[in-house]
Amino acid sequence: MSHSPTDNAGAAVGTVKSYALGFAASVVLTLVSFGLVMGGALPRLPLILALFALAVIQLFVQLRYFLHVDRSSAMYWNLMALLFTFFLMFLFIGGSIWIMYGLHERM
Amino acid sequence: MTTAQTAHLPGAPGHEAHGGNGSHDMGEIQAFGFWLYLMSDLIVFSALFATYVVMAHNYAGGPTPKDLFELPAVLVETMLLLTSSAAYGLAMVAMHKGDLRSVRLGLVAAFALGLGFLVMELAEFHHFIGIGAGPDRSGFLSAFFTLVGTHGLHVTFGLLWIVVMLAQLASKGLTAPVKGRLTRLGMFWHFLDIVWIGVFTVVYLLGVVQ
Repeated sequence: MSHSPTDNAGAAVGTVKSYALGFAASVVLTLVSFGLVMGGALPRLPLILALFALAVIQLFVQLRYFLHVDRSSAMYWNLMALLFTFFLMFLFIGGSIWIMYGLHERM
Repeated sequence: MTTAQTAHLPGAPGHEAHGGNGSHDMGEIQAFGFWLYLMSDLIVFSALFATYVVMAHNYAGGPTPKDLFELPAVLVETMLLLTSSAAYGLAMVAMHKGDLRSVRLGLVAAFALGLGFLVMELAEFHHFIGIGAGPDRSGFLSAFFTLVGTHGLHVTFGLLWIVVMLAQLASKGLTAPVKGRLTRLGMFWHFLDIVWIGVFTVVYLLGVVQ
């Protein structure tokens, strides 16, 4: 099962342990997200912030343990492409919200 | 055939026929190319997310997320997709061990769980349309059906791809090109699970909160 980091650019290999860890963490994060909303214990703003935080953590858990994205040299260009895509998503989604809510305020 | 020869021929026709040492480099190039496709697909989804966020409160006097969404059902859907993703991961581990039987088992499990997700989603859509909350009802519902439906369409194609790979496993066995395709299908399948994190958080959970 041993393999060097350069063995697998863009197609890295996981182990049963890494998939189990990623799966368990994702299940817990999902249950906490749903639990917070269905339980209704938190006020609105902290709840929204908590949901975003949990989603971002789960995003990184799945990138790390399911898609094996890390800072190894083999994954360098995958990581660069991903970071650039995050930047574009920030422009798309952030820009749309900014413009449309600004428009809404003025109408 | 040497490694150097195939490494200089990305996407060259006929490379599948060799399947020797060179196909390992080919697999890496193809996996990276497929990764770039996934990134472009992420841009498509971010455009749909942006549209949804902008349209999310345009109810046109129709039903709101609170009236429509059933969180327990969405939780079950989420768990089905997540478990399907993990099952695919186990199939990948088996693939690297050369254990054909476990690869098949993992793929069949991933397919069944993914199909369960899709059936639940279609039942939800059918229910919404039945009670007059179809995509033509309001801006919110148009954006909802477009975003969630596009994700569902991806899952549908992923399921078809799993069937194709099961057929190729039966006819070709675990050859290098088949392993490469299984790897890329795995990337696609995990990617859909990641997009779903955004969907259940932004659409379903935040929809019910607001």
